[in-house]
Amino acid sequence: MSRQVFAGLKVADFSWVGAGPQIARELAYYGATVVRIECHRWPETTRTAGPFKDGITGINRSAFTAAYNVNKYGISLDLNMSKGREIARKLVQWADIVSDSMSVGAMAKWGLDYKSCRKIKPEIIYFSTTQMGQHGPHNKVKGYGFIGVSYAGYSHLNGWPDRDPLPLFNNYSDFISPYYLITALIAALIRKRKTGKGMYLDQSQVEVGISFLAPLMLDYIVNGRVACRMGNRDPYVAPHGIFPCSGTDCWVAIAITNDQEWQSFCSVIGNPDWTKDPGFSTMLGRKGNEDDLEKFIGEWTSNYTADQVMTMLQEAGVPAGVVQKAGDLFNDPQLKHREHFRFLEHKEIGVHAYQSPAYRLSKTPCSIAKAAPCLGEDNEYVYKEILGLSDDEVADLLIEGVITTDTDIPEVLCGK
Amino acid sequence: MAGEENSLLAGYRVLDLTDEKGQLCGKLLGDLGADVIKVEPPGGDPARNTGPFYKEIPNPEKSLFWFYTNLHKRSITLNLETSDGKEIFRRLVKSAHFVVESFEPGYMESLGLDYAELEKINPGIIMTSITPFGQTGPYAHYRATDIVGVAMGGMVYIYGEMDRPPNRLSCPQFYFLGGLHGATGSMVAHYYRELTGEGQHVDVSCQQAVVLSLMIVAEIWDMLKYSYRGMGPFYAGARPGGLPLFSQVIYPCKDGHVFLLVTGASQAGMVSSSRALVEMANREGMALELKDYPWQTIDAATISQEELTRLTDAIAGFIKTKTKAELSSLALEKGILLAPLTTVKDVVESPQFAARGFWQEVEHPELGAAITYPGYPIKMSEAPYRVQRRAPLIGEHNQEIYEEELGFSREQLGILKNGGVI
Repeated sequence: MSRQVFAGLKVADFSWVGAGPQIARELAYYGATVVRIECHRWPETTRTAGPFKDGITGINRSAFTAAYNVNKYGISLDLNMSKGREIARKLVQWADIVSDSMSVGAMAKWGLDYKSCRKIKPEIIYFSTTQMGQHGPHNKVKGYGFIGVSYAGYSHLNGWPDRDPLPLFNNYSDFISPYYLITALIAALIRKRKTGKGMYLDQSQVEVGISFLAPLMLDYIVNGRVACRMGNRDPYVAPHGIFPCSGTDCWVAIAITNDQEWQSFCSVIGNPDWTKDPGFSTMLGRKGNEDDLEKFIGEWTSNYTADQVMTMLQEAGVPAGVVQKAGDLFNDPQLKHREHFRFLEHKEIGVHAYQSPAYRLSKTPCSIAKAAPCLGEDNEYVYKEILGLSDDEVADLLIEGVITTDTDIPEVLCGK
Repeated sequence: MAGEENSLLAGYRVLDLTDEKGQLCGKLLGDLGADVIKVEPPGGDPARNTGPFYKEIPNPEKSLFWFYTNLHKRSITLNLETSDGKEIFRRLVKSAHFVVESFEPGYMESLGLDYAELEKINPGIIMTSITPFGQTGPYAHYRATDIVGVAMGGMVYIYGEMDRPPNRLSCPQFYFLGGLHGATGSMVAHYYRELTGEGQHVDVSCQQAVVLSLMIVAEIWDMLKYSYRGMGPFYAGARPGGLPLFSQVIYPCKDGHVFLLVTGASQAGMVSSSRALVEMANREGMALELKDYPWQTIDAATISQEELTRLTDAIAGFIKTKTKAELSSLALEKGILLAPLTTVKDVVESPQFAARGFWQEVEHPELGAAITYPGYPIKMSEAPYRVQRRAPLIGEHNQEIYEEELGFSREQLGILKNGGVI
C-alpha cells in the first residue's frame, strides 16, 4: 500500500462547531496528525446540540461533534489560564498548521493569532474561517451557518414565489466553505515545501456562499434581474419538478431537457392522448402549460413508488431520481457501493456512521479508522507522547485545572 | 504572465474537458493560479448555452454561467473522436499536470484516453472525473440534472412547506458541489504527486458531495431514526419519542424577512442573544411578558410547543415593526443571532464585501464592457488573488497553443480544421 498522503503533517486544531473542524478532518482522512483543543468549561455548541445517542444528552454523546472530528486526537485545555496558553504555544511549535474558526479577535485575546503564532514558528501556516472574514464593517457578525446562508442570499431563493422564504436547515455555507479552504491550504503547504515560508489564510464563509450563487449575482449585475425562489421550476426546462408517488410523503424528481427525453418519457407512460396535444408536444408548449403538464405527470407518478418511477425513466434515459430521505441514504445501493458511510465504534456513542469524502483516490484511499474523541480522550497521549511532558507535569496541570476534566454546564445538558 | 510568483499553482497545467458538470473544478484551480486550457468540441462546449445570458442575448459567447465557471481559462477546440484529435490530446497530456473530465463513465475509455492510458504517457498525470454518481456502481449511468441530483443526495427533502412537495434551491448546486469536491480531491492527489511524482485517478460523485452538505441530517437518522423534513418557516427538531418541536426561525419584518434563533439553554451566545433582543423590544413597550425570562433553563427536549410558540410570537410582534437594516444593525451592535434574508441586490450593494475587495472587475473587450464578478472568498497573505483573464471565446487560443506551442504550421491547421478536428 502507498504511504498516506499527509503522513507526518501536524495540525493544531483550535476550530470548533461546523465549518472549521471539517478542514482538518479532510487532512486527517489522509493521514495527518490532528490535535483538537477543547475545554470542558465551554464545550462547543455541537456537543450540547445533538443529535445524541438514543436521544440522551451528554457532551460525549453527540453525533454532531463526532461527524467532523473523526481520525483526530482530542485534548482538554483551558486557554483562559496562562499555563493553558503556554501548552497551546507548545502545540503551535509542534504543528505545521494552526486552524482557527473562532469569532474575530478571540485567538488574539489568547495570544494565539497569526501574528503571535508566527513569532513562535515563523513558517507556520495559519487559517481563520469566519462568517464575514477578519476585516470590514461587518466582521463582527457572529454566529453560525444560518447567519451565513441568510446574508449570502440563500433563503430568499428557497421556497415558493407565493410564500415566504424558507430556512436552510443544513446551514449550507458551513459545508462548502471547508473545501475552498482545503484547496488553498494544500497549495500553501506545497509552497512552504518549496520556499520554507508560511502563510495566513482568511476566509469569509458568506463570500463562499455568494460564490455558489455567482450566476444569479451576475444576472443582477449585468441584467438587473433580482432572482427569486421558484418552487421546483426552472427558467428554461419543463417539465421540471417534484411529483407525488405512492406511500407517505414520497416524491420523485423529474426533469426533461430535450425532445428526445420527452419522446422516451411519453413512451414509458404509454403515450396517453394528452401527450399528443400541441400544447405539450413542443418544448415551448410544455413550458407555457406547466400547470397542466405537472398535473398530468403527477397523476401518472402517483400510481408507482418513487423507486419504480426512477427505474422506469432512467432505463429509458430520462433524468429522474427519488427524493431521498435521510433514512433512504443509508439504503441507497449507489452510496453503499461507494462506501459513503463507514461505521466505527465510539467510546460513548457505540458503533455509528461517519461519512467519507465525495472523491475516491485510486492510489491513496482515505483511511477512516479512529472514532471521534470524547472531550479530553487523548490527553495522555498528546501531553506525554507528543509534547513530552512528564507524569508529574501532567498531574500538576490536572490538579490546577489547566487540563480540564469537569464541565460547569447545566446537568440536564451534559448528562451527568 | 505577471504576478506568477504569487500564484500558488503557477506553472501547473490543467486540461479541462468538462461541460457544465465539472467546469467549476478547473475554475477553482485557476483561482489558485493554474494554467487551465479548456478543450472544447469544435463549435464550442454545449454548456455555453446555459443561461442567464449577457444582456439577455442567448448566444454561446454570452452565457454568464459560462463566463463565471471558465474564468482564467484559455480555449482550444479539439475533436477527441478523431485520430488526429486523440494524438494531439496525448501530446498535450505529456506536459500537463491535471486532466478534468465529466463525460459519462466509460466514454474516455472508449476513446482510449482513460486514466490507464494517460498514465502511460505521463505517470504524474492526475485525472479527475466528475460525474453524478461516480464511475462505477448501480447508478453510474443514471442521468441527473440539478434537481434530480440534489433530490438523490437528500437535499430536496429537507427544504419545503408542510403542505407542498419538498423543493430544491432555486439556483443549481449539484454540479458546483461536484466541481468543488473535484478540486479538493485533485489537490490532495497533487500533494501526493509533489512528494512522490506519482499521479492518480480522482473519481468524484456529485451525489456524495450533496450528502456531505446536509449538516446533521444523516447523523439525526443514525442516532434517532428520524428523517428531517422541511417544515415551512420552522426548524422541526427531533425529540426523543415524540413529535418534533417546531421552532420558528424565519420572521417577517417591515420590508422583508429575517432569520432569528429564539432560544437559550447551555449556549452562552444564545442566552445573551435572546436577552438582548427582549431588552430591545421592552424598550419600545413590546414583549414585556418576556422581561427576565430564564433563557438558560430552556431544554429543547422538554419545553412544550405552547411555551416555545408563546416566546416566538411575542418576539415576532416586535420584529414586524422594524426593517431589515434596523434589525441587522441591532444584531451587530448587541450580538443578537439574527440575519437579514438578503436578495442578490442586497448582497451586491453590501458595504462588507466591497470593503474586503471581494468583487473583481474583468474587462470583456469584445463586449466593450467590464463585468464585476464575485471574487475569491479567501485572502492569502502571500498570494493575492488575481483573475488571469476573462472566459475565452470558442477556440480563442488555438493559434497560441497549436502554432506557437505545438508547432503546427498554418497549412496543417487548415487540414485539421477542414477535417473537423479543431
